[in-house]
Amino acid sequence: MKNLLFSFLACFFAYTSSGQSTPIKVYHSFDEMEAAILKHDNDTTYVINFWATWCGPCVKELPYFEAAAAAYAGKKFKMILVSLDFAEQLDKKVIPFVKDHKIQSEIVLLDDQQANKWIDRISPEWSGAIPITLVYQGEKRAFYEKEFHSVKELEEIINPFFNN
Amino acid sequence: MKKFTLLLGLFVVACSMISAVYVHKGYHVGDVAEDFSLKNIDGKMVSLADYKEAKGYIVVFTCNHCPYSVMYEDRIIELQKTYGAQGYPVIAINPNDPAVQPGDSFEDMKVRAKEKAFNFAYLFDEGQKVFPKFGATRTPHVFLLDKSRTVKYIGAIDDNPKAADKVEETYLVDAIKALQAGKNPEPSFTKAVGCSIKIAK
Repeated sequence: MKNLLFSFLACFFAYTSSGQSTPIKVYHSFDEMEAAILKHDNDTTYVINFWATWCGPCVKELPYFEAAAAAYAGKKFKMILVSLDFAEQLDKKVIPFVKDHKIQSEIVLLDDQQANKWIDRISPEWSGAIPITLVYQGEKRAFYEKEFHSVKELEEIINPFFNN
Repeated sequence: MKKFTLLLGLFVVACSMISAVYVHKGYHVGDVAEDFSLKNIDGKMVSLADYKEAKGYIVVFTCNHCPYSVMYEDRIIELQKTYGAQGYPVIAINPNDPAVQPGDSFEDMKVRAKEKAFNFAYLFDEGQKVFPKFGATRTPHVFLLDKSRTVKYIGAIDDNPKAADKVEETYLVDAIKALQAGKNPEPSFTKAVGCSIKIAK
C-alpha cells in the first residue's frame, strides 16, 4: 500500500513539475486566435504577451510574466503567452523550451504569416517588433511595445485594471 | 506683441500635448531622407551619394542574428540582382548594438556576407545614429527612396517571411515598379513581424 501511495505521489509530481499540462493550441489564422483569446467580454483582466523562442528580450522577460501570473492567482486574472514561432517548430523548439523553463502560463502559437493584415488589430501603435504586451478587460485596453525588466514594472500596468 | 507671445505659448503647449499622444518617430512617406556615411564590410565608407547612377535606393535595416532577417537573405540577394541592375541598389544596414546582441558585430557581418555571397553593401550603423533617423524599429525593415532620397515606401518586403513560394503580395517589388512607372506606391506603408532593434544600454 505504501508503495502504491509512493508511486502515485511520484507520478503526481512528475506530472505537475513538467510545467504546462494543457497542450499548446496552434492558430493558423489571426481571426480564430482573436476570437478565442482577445475578445473576452467579462470582468477578468487578461495579459497577453507576444513572444518567440528566438527572441532574446522576450525570453528574458518571461520569468517576470510567470511571477506576475502567480502574484494575481486567485483574482480574476488570466495570462496568455502567444508564441510567434512557426508551427513547424512546435515539437522541436517550443515544447522543449516550455519544459526547460517550466512555464506554467497558458501558451498558444500563432502562425499566420500575413502580419500586415493583423498587426494593427492588436494595436495601431505596434510596429511589428516583439516583445509586446496587451492588457485588457472588456473594452479597456493598454498596449506596450517594450521589454519589461521586473515584476513590479508589470504590476504597475496591471494594477490599474483592478482599481476601478 | 504680448498677445502674440501668449498665442505662441499656447500653440507650443498644444503641440507638445499632441506629440505626447502621437510621437513622430523617424521618416514618414514623403519625407526626404538625409544621406549618411557608414562603414561597409569591406572597410570603406558608403553614402547614398556614392551611387551616381541610382534611380532610387532600397535601404534595408537587417542583421545577422534575427531569424526573420535570415529568412529574407536570399530574397534580398535576388532584389539586388534584379533591381540593382535597374538602378535601385540594395543598401543593407545592421542597426544593432553588438554589445547587446551577440552575433551582430562588424566581424560577424563580414563572415555572414561571405557565407551568403552578399552582392550588396552591408553597412554597420556604428553609434546607432542612422536607424533612429529613419525610424526603423525592427529587422528586416525596408525604406524605398527615390532618386532625390524622398521616402516612397516603408515596411515589409512581402507578405510571407516563412515561405517565399507562398508570397501573395510583393509589396517592395510593387513599390519599385510603381516608381519605375512614375507613380506613387500603393500601399506605401506595411507592417511585419520582426526582431526589435537592440539598443545600447
